[in-house]
Amino acid sequence: MTQQGVRWSAEQVLALAPDAASRKAGGKLGAAGPWSEAGSTEEGTVWGLCKGSGSKPYQTVVDIADASGPAYKCSCPSRKFPCKHALGLLLLWAGGDGAVPQGQPPDWAEEWMEGRKKRAEQKRAEGGSGSSSGSADPEAARRRAERRAEKVTAGATELEQRLADLLRGGLAGAEQAGYGLWEETAARMVDAQASGLAARVRELGAIPSSGPGWPVRLLEECALLHLLDQGWLHRERLPEELAATVRSRIGLPASPEGPPIRDHWLVLAQYDTADTRLTTRRIWLHGADSTHTALLLSYGAAGRAPELALPVGLTLEAEVSPYPGAGQLRASLGERFAAPAPTAIRPPGLTTAQAAARYGEALRDDPWLDSVPVTLERVIPTPDGESWQLADADADTALPLTPSARSRPGLWKLVALSGGGPVKVFGECGHRGFTPLAAWPQGPGEAVQLC
Amino acid sequence: MNRTPDAPAWEELVTSALLGTDRRTPPGGDPAREAPVALLDAAAVETVRRRAGLRPARAADRPEPAPEDARPALPSAAARRLALLLADRAGGTGGGRRGTAPDLMELLPQWLTTANAHGYAAPPQMLPALLDAARGRTDLRPAALRFAGPRAVWLARLNPDWRFALRATPGGGTALPGPEDQERVQRLWQEGLFAERVALLAAIRAREPAAARELLATTWATERAEDRLMFLDSLRTGLGPSDEPFLEQALADRSRNVRATAAELLSALPGSALAGRMAVRAGACVAVDRTQDTPTITVEAPHECDPSMERDGVVPKAPAGRGERSWWLGQLVEAAPLGTWPARLGGRTPAEIVALPVADDWQAELHAAWCRAAVRQRDAGWARALLGTPSAPEAGGPGAVSLAERAKLLGTLDAAERAEWVAGFIARHGLSEAFQLLGVCAVPWAAPLGRAVVDALNIARDAGSYPWSFSGVMGLAERCLDPSEASRLDGLLAVPDESEDASPGAGGYWAEAFQRLVTTLRLRAAMIEELGSAQVNG
Repeated sequence: MTQQGVRWSAEQVLALAPDAASRKAGGKLGAAGPWSEAGSTEEGTVWGLCKGSGSKPYQTVVDIADASGPAYKCSCPSRKFPCKHALGLLLLWAGGDGAVPQGQPPDWAEEWMEGRKKRAEQKRAEGGSGSSSGSADPEAARRRAERRAEKVTAGATELEQRLADLLRGGLAGAEQAGYGLWEETAARMVDAQASGLAARVRELGAIPSSGPGWPVRLLEECALLHLLDQGWLHRERLPEELAATVRSRIGLPASPEGPPIRDHWLVLAQYDTADTRLTTRRIWLHGADSTHTALLLSYGAAGRAPELALPVGLTLEAEVSPYPGAGQLRASLGERFAAPAPTAIRPPGLTTAQAAARYGEALRDDPWLDSVPVTLERVIPTPDGESWQLADADADTALPLTPSARSRPGLWKLVALSGGGPVKVFGECGHRGFTPLAAWPQGPGEAVQLC
Repeated sequence: MNRTPDAPAWEELVTSALLGTDRRTPPGGDPAREAPVALLDAAAVETVRRRAGLRPARAADRPEPAPEDARPALPSAAARRLALLLADRAGGTGGGRRGTAPDLMELLPQWLTTANAHGYAAPPQMLPALLDAARGRTDLRPAALRFAGPRAVWLARLNPDWRFALRATPGGGTALPGPEDQERVQRLWQEGLFAERVALLAAIRAREPAAARELLATTWATERAEDRLMFLDSLRTGLGPSDEPFLEQALADRSRNVRATAAELLSALPGSALAGRMAVRAGACVAVDRTQDTPTITVEAPHECDPSMERDGVVPKAPAGRGERSWWLGQLVEAAPLGTWPARLGGRTPAEIVALPVADDWQAELHAAWCRAAVRQRDAGWARALLGTPSAPEAGGPGAVSLAERAKLLGTLDAAERAEWVAGFIARHGLSEAFQLLGVCAVPWAAPLGRAVVDALNIARDAGSYPWSFSGVMGLAERCLDPSEASRLDGLLAVPDESEDASPGAGGYWAEAFQRLVTTLRLRAAMIEELGSAQVNG
């Protein structure tokens, strides 16, 4: 399908980088110097020859028109994907300074494109004719699931014992215990194949040193962990949707189910969080027709960027399949029907009171929710002593920003965008406050990424 | 508050949890369950209830809205370019090789100058990055803050990291009263802080020079000496003949520095009485001796520095190593209006005067003083004469003795003449001494100057040296060559065959340097195109 290619921004290109070294190396190649015979088509193919250490330059092609995401081909020996040459070529093209003029692809680029089309057609044919392959042995799968459930039950039971011991002796003792106690307990939860429990237990270890008011926070988290344990141990008595939520929170794998939702999805925000093991990328989508909000998750090894990257501020026509569970917003991205396109769509907004109520209502479905996605209408970033809040322009209420949001550069982008006037802000609203992720100016204008 | 008897307060639950159920029985627990489990049950219910019941806070005082910015919005392509320029912040070139990629950070000043000339407003979401860039580079601040506009000053009041923006912007703290608001002007002048008063005086001086001087005169007698000096410096802007009476009176000030500054300002007014007195004194020291075969300038330096000379700002004590009489002579000639010399020296033009031989080795002293006078009085005719022909051999050249002097003299000429002179100099003398002279030429360079530089670089390459010997000039060329020259440079991108006596690998390094030059020129052309097709002088 032919579609007007949308020129990407440098941020969108750099979000594709597999790691920081590639981002830096690609940035250096994002100038016309090392490139020759660079060109592009209206459909969204970009190619160029990049001078390297050998006598022959590297042949680099990128197809950004593919609805399932960009595809790369380069003759360099790098095992990274995309390589620095593909990143540099995209940066050169994103710069828009005429270094990548429109033209006819050279033979070597055309061959690769033709090959990709053929392989895509074959895949579609095979997918259509082949019957859906289920589990080879449903009985064995059921037994494996039962064994895992037994392990989780043993882990949850042990965790209950440890929580009771903690409360019997008092939280004051936790301050001296340090990380060691919790690390050991978390390791046992990993052994029990309950990664969700392990993650929550690991977080308990950080609370005693998190500053004033830590006993309140520690009791809250212990109580919710206890609630999750009890939810698992009595899951047969729960409504099906809530039981699915409990399974998800425990860390059991799930598959998207139900009919996929086809919509024009506005990419609201994309940001990464990292710990020593994993980089997690969260992408928030808003359905223009369904008004559904969906969260895509993508994972990468520590220090590497996750594979999925979507251009923030653009709209993507695609199918999205929700995961099971009450109050769950997590979804899986399915078939994409067109390249991302610019849009004037903005999600509808709420007042701060409505946003707080939204979080309260969501806790009925999922008591473990830290926050819900919310778009605030006509709010003004306002300093409040040492912290900041988003105050309704037309009312006398405000949501405080989360402590972590105050130290991020996005706060100052938001304040500058507002200039003391009302703006529309998308973010996550929960018991710790509001974390802004994207904002729109009062008048016309594109979304401004804040994370 | 009202609560059911069996609902324990959250505070009590926390206290029990902190101490432990072994020491303190939790309130309202279910007797059938173990105490810690019952406590956890109750805490879970309370946690979810508290979170579900969260309500928004009371709104704090909202900030005053930022002032309106009426300038047109930046074109979207230019906004993308600005984001790239600001993102390339960590660009630290390491080692001798600079590769072929342009140095984006070096192009930001030029981009800002062009955007300011078009009068665009900055995208508000880019203000934090702009302020951070200006914070790290003081040379960027004037252009960055002008482009950032009133919202940046508004933003700087909220973030201590950007406090410099308040100091750099006149009236950054508070808006200055307009000159028509006489009452506020008087109150601020009488009661304001020193920095506020300096800003006020400078603002009024820029609009109504006479009004600023009159305001200063109202409190002159009671100002401290250091403050008098600062205020006097403000009068440098918009200096005119009507300032003479005030400055003449300042010649009798108690402070030596104030007296010296007043004398300096008066000497920049050719019609002032002080300039007239200096002309008489200097004229008495320099004459044309017609008795020689060739007319020759003779110099009779003053034998003393009398009190009236001292009152007019002549410093009596010479620096160490300087003769007193030549020291006094230099000051007199420097302060005398240049327009008086033709009549004094036989009706000759400045060029003819400069060409005259000077007796007894006084030429260096006399010409140096004339150079300083030409710079101070911004006299292009004299500067032209003292510079001489660019192709003249340096050793035998008349007038200017050092490159620094020539650079200053060039500053008094118009842009076209400057470029022409420097182009001629480079064509004759090459690049080794050109850096300082190139720095005073207008950007972008005129075509003949650009060609002279490129030709000289090409000659340097053919000579077989390494490009980093000329990194200063190359850097200037990247930033100052007219981007339209890029197509003429394509022939330089190939790696030439190395001659036997060339430095090893030099050809490849030169090709790399030229590639970087061409890439930068194309990038600058794109920047100008994105900001608007009209070419503006940077």
